[in-house]
Amino acid sequence: MKDKRTELKVSAIRSGTVIDHIPANTVFQVFKILGLQNSTNQVYFGTNLDSQKYGKKGIIKISGKCFEEKEISKIAIVAPTATIIEIDDYVVTKKENVHLPEHISNIVKCFNPKCVTNHQKVPTAFDLIKDHNGKMKLLCNYCEKTMGQENIEFI
Amino acid sequence: MMQIKNRSLVSITDYSKEEILRILDIAEGFEENQRQKILSDYVVATLFFEPSTRTRLSFESAVQYLGGGIIGFASADVSSVKKGESLKDTILTVSNYSDLIVMRNPMDGSARYASEVSPVPIINAGDGANQHPTQCLLDLFSIRKTQGTLDNLHIAMVGDLKYGRTVHSLVQALSLFNTTFHFVSPESLKMPSSVKTWVKKAGLEYHQYTEFKEVIPIADILYMTRIQGERFPDPLEYEKVKNAYILDNAMLKNSKDSLKVLHPLPRVNEINEDVDNNPKAYYFQQAQNGVYVRQALIAAILGLK
Repeated sequence: MKDKRTELKVSAIRSGTVIDHIPANTVFQVFKILGLQNSTNQVYFGTNLDSQKYGKKGIIKISGKCFEEKEISKIAIVAPTATIIEIDDYVVTKKENVHLPEHISNIVKCFNPKCVTNHQKVPTAFDLIKDHNGKMKLLCNYCEKTMGQENIEFI
Repeated sequence: MMQIKNRSLVSITDYSKEEILRILDIAEGFEENQRQKILSDYVVATLFFEPSTRTRLSFESAVQYLGGGIIGFASADVSSVKKGESLKDTILTVSNYSDLIVMRNPMDGSARYASEVSPVPIINAGDGANQHPTQCLLDLFSIRKTQGTLDNLHIAMVGDLKYGRTVHSLVQALSLFNTTFHFVSPESLKMPSSVKTWVKKAGLEYHQYTEFKEVIPIADILYMTRIQGERFPDPLEYEKVKNAYILDNAMLKNSKDSLKVLHPLPRVNEINEDVDNNPKAYYFQQAQNGVYVRQALIAAILGLK
């Protein structure tokens, strides 16, 4: 059969956002940080889909919703390879890769229980840095401790 | 160089090399002539939310030698903190009564936060396990005074290099001066990788040892620290290492003539008392230098030097 389909197609959405190229193992984390489990919009998602670029990937499609900068920063922290595609009436109006910000404010909690941000009403602030192995770390601007992705807890 | 005047000092990395050297130069002036009543119209607040003997007394001594007034408290028990007042409210209130606030607080990062909310400059006198920049400045002053320079020295740090905040700040500051570092510690208390990354980024060398004796002949400075038993999850592990990093006088026999032994104090048993009379022992003068350095810092931040 010449037009045999070799990839799974998740339904197209009329208007909304597609988050593509999510690392397969972080789809549910992205789902959670965006609070999609409580969304009343139509949400489709898939994981372990074939990807030419990454081998396996995840995808989330949300009808009738665009994301703000702060939410996109959150996505970038757990899924730095993700692409955000905005769709209006089946037409792609915007497509861009997420960018890891250099600095984030009041998005994640500091993992250090003695940090002032866990005791006083202080918005958290972190610089995103790379360690000597090139791994992303978050440097707390207050207690100056660095934490890895495994310790990230979103506010 | 940014102005030191009216700027808080939270972390030693807030200062450039030039700014550090400027404070040390001003401190030399106070060493020559300590009683300069230039602070007679000023009030300094010392807010110690947790007890400290050396740091608090040396700050208060510094203010008094400068002729300034002091207000404050030596424990959170006697302040409104006990009534549940936020740090922000305490700082905003006290800033109405003083020109400069010296603060020690057990929360990591509290000094940075205080500096953001305070209309007057903050000097961090220790924020939990994080930073203690005036200890770092007095260590640098002591090293420069005894060696004649801060450049190109071999600095050996001994003991608890994992949790000791003074050694972390000191490594950051000395990385500006082409230091070769020698880190001596038990396996479980090694220098954290974040600090070693700092050294690497500065393009400098560090060497790690678990044996103490081999660094003594090559060191210009032996910076001793206390190994605390409570740091070890396994008491047996502590028993194994607790006596491995004790310096006694006989061990200094093959050291350089110019070697000096430093310690941030308090010491427990890591430097035997028979070292105290050796001219290479410098830890008590080091504590005295803390007053000159704190005088210099207060005077510079208030724009009086």
